[in-house]
Amino acid sequence: MASGRPIQLFRNMTAKIAAIPMILTALVIFVGGTAWTVVYSFTNSKLLPRANFVGLDQYERLWNTNRWIVSIENLLIYGICMLVLSFIIGFVLAALMDQKIRFENTFRTIILYPFALSFIVTGLIWQWLLNPDFGVQNVVRGLGWVSFEFDPLNNSSIVIYGVLIAGLWQGTGLVMVLMLAGLRGIDQEIWKAARVDGIPMWKTYLYIVVPMLRPVFITSIVIIASGIVRVYDLVVAQTAGGPGISSEVPAKYVYDYMFQGQNLGQGFAASTMMLLAVAIVIIPWAYLEFGSRNRG
Amino acid sequence: MKKLAMLCAATALTPVGAGAAELEVTHWWTSGGEAAAVAKFAEAFNENTEHTWVDGAIAGGGGTARPVMVSRIIGGDPMGAFQFNHGRQAEELIEAGLLRDMTHVAEEEGWKEIVNPPSLLEACTVDGRIYCAPVNIHSWQWLWLSNDAFAEAGLDVPANWDEFVEAGDALREAGIQPLALGGQPWQSSGLFNVLMATLAGPEVLEQIYGEKDAELAASDTMARVFQAAADAREMAQGSNVIDWNQATNMVITDAAGGQVMGDWAQGEFAVAGEVAGEDYTCIPGLGVHEVISTGGDAFYFPETGDAETEAAQDALARILLNPDTQVAFNLAKGSLPIRGDVDLTAANDCMKKGLEILEAGNTMPDVNMLNTEDTNNQLNDLFVEFFNDPSITPEDAQERFVSIVESAE
Repeated sequence: MASGRPIQLFRNMTAKIAAIPMILTALVIFVGGTAWTVVYSFTNSKLLPRANFVGLDQYERLWNTNRWIVSIENLLIYGICMLVLSFIIGFVLAALMDQKIRFENTFRTIILYPFALSFIVTGLIWQWLLNPDFGVQNVVRGLGWVSFEFDPLNNSSIVIYGVLIAGLWQGTGLVMVLMLAGLRGIDQEIWKAARVDGIPMWKTYLYIVVPMLRPVFITSIVIIASGIVRVYDLVVAQTAGGPGISSEVPAKYVYDYMFQGQNLGQGFAASTMMLLAVAIVIIPWAYLEFGSRNRG
Repeated sequence: MKKLAMLCAATALTPVGAGAAELEVTHWWTSGGEAAAVAKFAEAFNENTEHTWVDGAIAGGGGTARPVMVSRIIGGDPMGAFQFNHGRQAEELIEAGLLRDMTHVAEEEGWKEIVNPPSLLEACTVDGRIYCAPVNIHSWQWLWLSNDAFAEAGLDVPANWDEFVEAGDALREAGIQPLALGGQPWQSSGLFNVLMATLAGPEVLEQIYGEKDAELAASDTMARVFQAAADAREMAQGSNVIDWNQATNMVITDAAGGQVMGDWAQGEFAVAGEVAGEDYTCIPGLGVHEVISTGGDAFYFPETGDAETEAAQDALARILLNPDTQVAFNLAKGSLPIRGDVDLTAANDCMKKGLEILEAGNTMPDVNMLNTEDTNNQLNDLFVEFFNDPSITPEDAQERFVSIVESAE
C-alpha cells in the first residue's frame, strides 16, 4: 500500500464486502420491486402480472374513481390531525413527565402500553368503545346524561375522527417516549442558566428546549408520517372502510383492487400514486435537510 | 448433534401409510350454519377414504379468503383443495396452468349426466376441460321476513317487495328496523342485483352484465330499479351492523323486519332453531319474479405434482358429488344440491320452494359467472356508497353504474 496510491474501490475492502448483502437487498428488493410496480402500473394486469401496456388507462380510471378521492381526503384529514395532535399531546405529556413527578415509571408504562398493541387489536378495542350500545355513549348515559350522543363510527361525516382517536391512543405514547428521551438529553446547566436569567418555564421550553430537540422531532416526524401513509389495518379492524366508503384509505384501495378485485394494474397505479405523494413530501425536505449540511 | 440429524432422517423416512395423504382444504365457511355444513364433507372424507381432511378455514368471507388462497397458489405453496364461487374468479389461475384438470374424475363419475342445471358444470369448464367440482347451488333472490316483527307492528307478513316497502313506515314506528343490511360492500351490491333481477327481470341482468349493454343500463327500466334501491336505502337506514349474519340475526331476534340475502341465510335460521313458516317467512324472487340464480360453491384442486395428494384430490372430488354427502351438506348449509336425483324429503319449506323453482327451470346465471371480480369490486364500491349515503341521487348512481358497465370486460 505504501508503494502507490491506494485504489479508491479497494479501500476498506472488508467493510465493502460485508455491505454487499445489504446493498443487494436494497437494490433488488426495494428499488427493483418499486420499479417493477411502477412499470406494471401501465399494464392491464388482472390476477397475474402481464406485460400488456395500456398507457395511462389505470391512472385515468383511478382518478375518476370516487372511492380513491374519498381515500385521499381521509388520508389528508387523518394525516394532518395525527401529525399535529400526536406531536402536541406527545410533547405536553413528555414535558409533564419531565417535572420529576412521582411514579413516573408507572405513568410512562401506562401511556406507552397501547403502542405494544397491534393496530388490529386497537381497532377492535375502539370499535367497542365507540359502539353506542356498549361504549362511551352508553356509559355517559348511564351516569344520567340521557340525551348524550357520541356515535362517530356510524356517522359518515365524522367516522374518520373515530379512527383518529384510536390512532392517537395507540401512537402518542411512542412520541412521548421519544420526546422524553430528548428532554433528558438537555443539559441541566441550560435549565439552571434559564432560571438564573428569570425566564419563565414555558418560554424556556418554547424558545430554548424545542429548538434543541430538532433531531428528536425529525425522527418522530418520520416515524409518525410513515405510520400515517400506510394506515390500513386500523381501518380494516375498526370500520372496514364504512359506513359506505367514508373511512376508506389509499392503502386499503391498493389491497382491495390488487387482491379482491383481481386487478393488479389498478392496485399498482394506486400504490405508485402513494409513492409519488411520499416522494413529493420527502425529496424537498431531504434536499433542505441534507443538502444544506453538505454546504456548511 | 449427530443424534439430532439421525432423528431428522428417521422422521423424514417414516412411511406415511399406503398412499394416504393429508389434504388441506381451505374455505371461508365459518359462520355457524356454514361450519356445520363443511363438517359433513370432512366426516365423509375421513370415513370413506384413507386420506385425512385438514381443515383450513379462513375467517372473514370470500373477500378476505380469496386473496389468501390465490397468493398461496401463486406463491408455490398450494393447498390440496380450495373453495371458490364458480364463475370467473378462477379464470386466470386455470389459464396459467396452476389448477389441476379434473376431467378424468368427471368422466368416470358421469358428472355431465348428473349435474343439474348443466350451467354449473359449464362454469367449471374451460376449453372443454373440467377444473372444478360444483357442490351446491346458492341463489341470491330471497327475502327473509320475521313473522313476529310484523305481528308486533300489527301487520300481516308481506307477500312481495312492494308490500314490504309499504310496511316500512309502520315497522319504524313500532321501533323495528324495516330492512337489515350489513355494511360489507358485497351485501349492498347483492341487494341491488336482486332488485334488478326481480323488478326488471333476469333477462335485463343477463343483458347488462353478460353483454355489457350500456344502453340498457341507462334506460328507464333501470331507472326504476334505482328508484327501488333508493326505497331500500331508506328502509335500511340505521341498521348498524357489518357482517351479513349479524344482519340475519336482527331478523332472527325480531329486531328487524326483513333482509334480502342469499339462501345461505337459512343456515343461520336453522342453527337458531327457527321454523320456516312459523318464525320466519322466505319469499323467493322477492315475490315479484320467481327466479333463482344458480351460483354456488365449487372446489378447485391446485396442481401439486405429488401423486399421493393427487389421489386424495380425486377421492375428495368423488366424495363431494356423492348423493349422501350432497344431501347431508346441503341440508346443513341451506343450499340446493347440484344433482336432481337425490332425496330431499328432509328439506324444509324454503328449500322446497327453491327446488320447485329449480325444477321448473326458472334459473338465471349468477353475477359471478358474468362479471369479473374487478367489475364486481367496482359495483361493490358504488353500491356500498349509495346505500350508506342518502345524498347520492338514484340518477347519479345510475350514471356511475353505466360507466362501470361500459368499461367492463
